[in-house]
Amino acid sequence: MAEATDNDIIVVRDVHKWYGQFHALRGVSMNVKRGEVVVIFGPSGSGKSTFIRTINRLEEHQRGQIIVDGIELTNDIRNIEAIRMEVGMVFQSFNLFPHLTVMQNITLAPTWVRKWSRAQAEAKAMELLKRVGIPEQAGKFPGQLSGGQQQRVAIARALAMQPKIMLFDEPTSALDPEMIKEVLDVMTDLAESGMTMLVVSHEMGFARSVAHRLVFFDAGVIVEQGAPRDIFFNPAEERTKKFLSQILQ
Amino acid sequence: MTTQTQPTPDTLKPPATSVGVIGWLRKNLFSTWYNALLTFIALYGIYLVVGSLWNFISTTDWSVITANLRLFMVGRYPAEETWRVLASLALFALLVGASWAVWGGVARAAAILLASVFFTAMVLPFGANERLWMAGNLACIGIGFGIGYITRARRVLVWAWLASLPLIALLLYGVGGLPRVATDLWGGLLLTLALSIVGIVASFPLGVLLAVGRQSSYPAIRWFCVAYIELIRGVPLITLLFMMQIMLPLFLPEGLTVERVMRAMVAFILFTAAYIAEVVRGGLQAIPRGQAEAARALGLNGILTLLLIILPQALRLTIPAMMGQFISLFKDTSLVAIVGLLDLAGIANAAANQPDFLGRQAEVYLFIALIYFVFSAAMAYGSRRLEKTLGVGER
Repeated sequence: MAEATDNDIIVVRDVHKWYGQFHALRGVSMNVKRGEVVVIFGPSGSGKSTFIRTINRLEEHQRGQIIVDGIELTNDIRNIEAIRMEVGMVFQSFNLFPHLTVMQNITLAPTWVRKWSRAQAEAKAMELLKRVGIPEQAGKFPGQLSGGQQQRVAIARALAMQPKIMLFDEPTSALDPEMIKEVLDVMTDLAESGMTMLVVSHEMGFARSVAHRLVFFDAGVIVEQGAPRDIFFNPAEERTKKFLSQILQ
Repeated sequence: MTTQTQPTPDTLKPPATSVGVIGWLRKNLFSTWYNALLTFIALYGIYLVVGSLWNFISTTDWSVITANLRLFMVGRYPAEETWRVLASLALFALLVGASWAVWGGVARAAAILLASVFFTAMVLPFGANERLWMAGNLACIGIGFGIGYITRARRVLVWAWLASLPLIALLLYGVGGLPRVATDLWGGLLLTLALSIVGIVASFPLGVLLAVGRQSSYPAIRWFCVAYIELIRGVPLITLLFMMQIMLPLFLPEGLTVERVMRAMVAFILFTAAYIAEVVRGGLQAIPRGQAEAARALGLNGILTLLLIILPQALRLTIPAMMGQFISLFKDTSLVAIVGLLDLAGIANAAANQPDFLGRQAEVYLFIALIYFVFSAAMAYGSRRLEKTLGVGER
């Protein structure tokens, strides 16, 4: 485990998490550099979603240390909210606000949290909608969009806060196959722009072409991590090998 | 180019027997011989009921209503101050008219209903003065519509609505140079509406607060809300009304009295708030956890998440149940007659016992039933329109 450097935007040291008696994270340590794209994969129940949800404190860790952009996550609500402003999150089930239009979904946080003017927030929202390829949907409600369009709105919504880090929790798992590509294209474009990204996903094509590092989770620990080429073609651990052979057949 | 004349399968019309009035009748009333039989039996039953009712309405003596019309409307509110009630109606008419122009939809339906109420009142045997006022109020709807149409001032209108309630209350109660009319003199429909409107307007925010408090992470707040809700729900409304009338004075310091109508108002507010709280709690629980998580992940704090994300969705879901509570509150105000207040039902009891009109209960209760029904039906209709406007179940 390399020591943390100034270039590390996320530092995680020996993090543990229990749900009641169940030990979900058993000592996870990991550093993420600025601009790095990390794809986390592993069997269901391995703690990978729990892990990225601890990064913005949607899940509380009970032991260890998490430092995001120089701020340590503690019970201090001001610290948590400061970090959440810098960390965007995209969920498996989109979680768009169904009572607000696409435009309102995107401008909500910038106007209420960053205190931007409405005009400024709307200009930014339009720019982001163009970037994710659906500017014509601005006036619609989420329920009127396809799954792929909804997820792209969710990405735009997270980006509107101008985060330094983006977390993706299985962003394509709830999508039909033909819509997966449109979301992955947006994510690829985002990675190429230099965004720091933590992605929980089993999209191995995306992992191979975009990720700088793959991390394999099992039973609440990091079993193995490394460059995509090494993990895919030369995994050191038997468990990694077995899991990859199951999802890549 | 010859294919044009031949209708393709998707442009074929349905057979004439399955659409229109005939189609509807066949499908719903005469689909089988026994359904046809039931239809005829039901028609005969309707004929009997409606026929005898009409017979009663057209032949009976309605003088118990016409002689007491003033009592039914405002109770013992002093005659020389009645203009204040009518002026309040005029203000209300202005606002409804303006809302019609600005929002349409529900407000339009309300304006039409209000206009027909004013119109009916003009036909009823009120004094000439009151009839003139009603004509003026009718005009106020039009004036309000004009103002709303020209200015389109949504924000001002919202503030005007918010300000109207205390304004009307002060006007009716008396403030400044106006002589005071204690609420114990209010009666009839005026009292029924005062109890209902104050009950609805005050119990709604209190109920929402209780529902939110019940979900609080602070045990003290949570337990207080649970205790309050369960305590109130475990007691019949009538006992709460009696407790307020009889026991409250025992707790108040010497010399301090609260008007009896106010005590009843407090009872209704406390009672309805507990039920509203449970309705809202149901709505809050129906909102997926992901909504709050997404809001928190964006950096919104707990209060903003509640106000901007959770409550708007939860309240929209609860409109039907909430409106049910309000309608039931409106009808339950008639219970104040039992503790001796002269609301619509109280006046009805009094009128039916007047020596001149002994044995006229049927007319009296039919009349107030009609009034209760008109208001309840209007509320139910308004709630359905509101659901539609807000798209419940669609998005």
